Amino acid sequence: MTRITDAPPDAALPHAPLHEKPRPSLLAGNRLAYLLIAPAVIAELLIHIVPMLLGLWVAFTHLTQINIRNWTRAPFVGLDNFIAGLDPDGPIGSQLYTSFFRTTVYVIIVLGACWALGIASAVFLSSKVKGRAFLRTFFLIPWAMPAFVGTIAWAFMFNQRDGMVNKILVDDLGVLDERPFWLIGENSFFVLIVASIWQMWPFAFLMLLAAMQSIPGDVFEAASLDGASLWRQFRSLILPMIRPTNIVLLLVMGLFLFNQFSIPYVLFGRNSPEPARLISPLIYEHSFVNWNFGLGSAVSALLLVVLFIASLFYIHLVMPRKNDDD
Amino acid sequence: MKKKIAVRIVVASTAVAALTLSGCSGGDDSGEGASLTYWATNMSPTIEQDEEVLKEHLAGFTEETGIEVEYEVVPWGDYYNKILTAVSSGEGPDVLNIGNTWSVTLQETGSFMPFDDDALEAIGGGDRFVETALESAGKPDETPTFVPLYSNVYSLFYKPSMFAAAGLTEPPKTYQEFLEYGKQLTLDTDGDGAIDQWGTSVPGASVQVGSHWAFILGQQEGADWFTEDGEPQVDSEGMVTAVHTYVNQVNSIAAPSDAEITEGAGAIQDFIDGKSAMIITQSPMAQFAQFDFTDWEVAEVPVMEGGENIQSMVAGINIGVFSETDQREDSLELVKYLTSDDEQVGLNSQFSTLPVVTAAYDDPALEEADPTIPVREVILSEHSKPFPLFSATGQAETLLGTAVVTLIGQAAVSGSVSEADVSAALADVQSQLEAAG
Amino acid sequence: MIETRGFIWLRRVVLTVIAVFVAVPLYVIVTTAVKPLEDVRGVFTWWPSTITVEPFVDIWGTVPLLEYFRNSLIVTTLATAGSVVLAVLAAYAVSRFRFRGRRSFSLVVLSTQMFPGILFLLPLFLIFVQIQRTIGIQLNGSYAGLVITYMTFTLPVSIWMLTGYFQAIPHELEEAAMIDGTGRMGALLRVLVPVAKPGIIAVAVYCFINSWGEVLFASVLTSNQTRTLPIGLQAYASSNVVLWNELMAASIVVSLPVLIGFVAVQRHLVAGLAAGAVK
Repeated sequence: MTRITDAPPDAALPHAPLHEKPRPSLLAGNRLAYLLIAPAVIAELLIHIVPMLLGLWVAFTHLTQINIRNWTRAPFVGLDNFIAGLDPDGPIGSQLYTSFFRTTVYVIIVLGACWALGIASAVFLSSKVKGRAFLRTFFLIPWAMPAFVGTIAWAFMFNQRDGMVNKILVDDLGVLDERPFWLIGENSFFVLIVASIWQMWPFAFLMLLAAMQSIPGDVFEAASLDGASLWRQFRSLILPMIRPTNIVLLLVMGLFLFNQFSIPYVLFGRNSPEPARLISPLIYEHSFVNWNFGLGSAVSALLLVVLFIASLFYIHLVMPRKNDDD
Repeated sequence: MKKKIAVRIVVASTAVAALTLSGCSGGDDSGEGASLTYWATNMSPTIEQDEEVLKEHLAGFTEETGIEVEYEVVPWGDYYNKILTAVSSGEGPDVLNIGNTWSVTLQETGSFMPFDDDALEAIGGGDRFVETALESAGKPDETPTFVPLYSNVYSLFYKPSMFAAAGLTEPPKTYQEFLEYGKQLTLDTDGDGAIDQWGTSVPGASVQVGSHWAFILGQQEGADWFTEDGEPQVDSEGMVTAVHTYVNQVNSIAAPSDAEITEGAGAIQDFIDGKSAMIITQSPMAQFAQFDFTDWEVAEVPVMEGGENIQSMVAGINIGVFSETDQREDSLELVKYLTSDDEQVGLNSQFSTLPVVTAAYDDPALEEADPTIPVREVILSEHSKPFPLFSATGQAETLLGTAVVTLIGQAAVSGSVSEADVSAALADVQSQLEAAG
Repeated sequence: MIETRGFIWLRRVVLTVIAVFVAVPLYVIVTTAVKPLEDVRGVFTWWPSTITVEPFVDIWGTVPLLEYFRNSLIVTTLATAGSVVLAVLAAYAVSRFRFRGRRSFSLVVLSTQMFPGILFLLPLFLIFVQIQRTIGIQLNGSYAGLVITYMTFTLPVSIWMLTGYFQAIPHELEEAAMIDGTGRMGALLRVLVPVAKPGIIAVAVYCFINSWGEVLFASVLTSNQTRTLPIGLQAYASSNVVLWNELMAASIVVSLPVLIGFVAVQRHLVAGLAAGAVK
């Protein structure tokens, strides 16, 4: 990792002491450290860990709207919910697998597009171009705006009868004869992807732009003096230098996209059309539309396990083994 | 020494944060003092209109009894969730409206006060109510936990002008006639090659309306959602025929774009705007008035040929008292007030709904305010049935409604839906209902 | 990069295409917000028939927008402040101390990123209910519940970013201060924080943006009095005619605080990420 200051993180390295006093006692430091992380730990426990454990417990029960009043006494049904979720022949299981596959495709397409747009903009806006400052800010607007605002605009544009898209395609350009549906039916997946890319790509742009900043300019001069083509410079210089950012970015965005809920919710309401049903909205449907909390929790737990394994795999794959922890 | 300072800083800031946060709880939800909390459903086209009506009537209540009421009009989309939130947390209103199809499910949660004989006495007696309305308030053999507040039924509204233009004089009596007339009324009136007038408008993306028709047409075909023991049986032949007939309206006599209409009011708006000639809906009169629309007549709902004469489910709103309330008597007072004869006439004429007490129908002021009363009263008392009175009804409503919406989407996109498609969709719902136990 | 002609041409094309892609929905939002109601009840028109600011006036009446605004502002500001404070403390600990459990802490923090939000919703709600029943602090339907929730959601990434940022700042700075007898906390407050300002600002902006537009938890954890903007906006769509022009006007109003703040700190944001993102 190349950065301006290469200070290794800890006291492992000898550095010229400016004084003869030993560093503050490690024990005292430790207690302070625990104190410092205490509030964060408490918050995490309360909001993330404990609810998750509770959610896991709910997954093993038959909790519905009827018995939610006395939820602590909901009947224990063992693995029933999990089996229902995993059974490929059952109505719920088959829906789940389809949705999982669909979500994976969604993530790949959106992530790929966001990254491509992000890197292109980052590269071009790192060079001296007129309007650079303006464009940098302008490009970030979709991400800075509250998610539902942009998404509502897309829903408005894709309305079958009155929307802008169909008006252009059918009335103005005459490309199509009939007004297709975008928010229901097969095309809904496409709309979901477009709306997601529009809203999310600036985040990739931001990260990659920051990463580009830390590449010293003289590296490029040297490269082009050697006669390296643009593409070559990109591939062999830029990409390796931003690799650490890329790794983190892809993981964080990938996970976020996999769990995507708000964009489908705003576009389609509580019931996503089948071709666009991602896995988070599906879980929401089970829990809050069909009121089968036990099932919803079980499916969430399964999702978590899958993501966990995938993340471990990814990290193992891309991160070099380090003897110091992050 | 320095560590102590650090400790103090962390502890102090956490404490301050906690105090501040618990302090600003943004309002008091508990019904303290002499004020009742009342959750009302959304009856008019906008929430604002509801608030105006309620303000007036509840002021009357406060004058009479000295009890203050803090009311909240809740939009439909959230309401069921909100009730369940109250049920699971024990924190809720004192008095609340509910969609009457939720009665049995909510009864089973045990969170609502039963209307035993004493309670019924306190609100003026149970025999004042219209029978079919009272039937819909809870399980047949158990003490009801709700009483009816407003009733409603579906009826057919049509445009005499468009009928005349197509050479039709009478409204359709059977569902088959309805479909035929619909075809005749689906026209390209301005000759530009595109259909701009349709036979009817339907809110194709409304899960609730979809479920209503899965029920009504199913009943006409003799298909019940549940057996007597409460076992689901929604994939029967009768149900398939019913749903198949309903969803294929879209793209044949209703505009394909109807598949994107999420609220009944949206379909009504299209009817008002001249985009369709007929509409089967609950109470559009307030919306008609709002837009100065007068070219309409009301008639009974067309029934499937050879089917039972069930034209509507008993739609409407019930009212109940939250069992965790600490103002039981005052709450009952409010229920008594709202179900009193005079209030029934007043409220129902403002909301275009039907009174739930028989005495109100004798009041001439009612028909003056609402000329559709005679037709709709007959439908309510003779041709309607309550939604199934089982605890799984709420879930069945959601699942069936969603299936109907999906099928309508299919019809809109690809032209029509086959019986096989419908059969598959209903079989899916059936297995989900069975799995939920 | 050295700018060949091919590069310049490519740059122009790509940036234009991207700019158009970004601009189109924004154009729709802005023009729709100044259209009279008739314009939005029919087919889309490129330009308003008359430009009117009526929607901007009406929105405050159709829905109690001012209240929702206030609620969102309170919740988001508190959550951001809370998250930043907690993250600064935790990041300081992780980047400057060696303590047992440091590795697990970092890993747990990182792993919370992969939790589907939906998994927490019901349990969190139920836990809040229990807390209310046993200790009496109301968390459902109060600002506190939502603030704590949002604060915790943004905490992992905040800690992560700040840890990286702090690690890039040389120890010598604090050591110099501590020789003079300031102590660890003093060093943190008086030396590290000012130097780390861009990074802290970046974290604050990230928290603010995330909390301002959150929909899922707000839909369950708010009451009528504490309803935030995302949920409130849905009310424009639930009347018989979807009031698109008002909805768009309200959307603009809702986006303004975030956008203004964003533009103001944008420079710091990039700088902050540049140093911290790499870890």
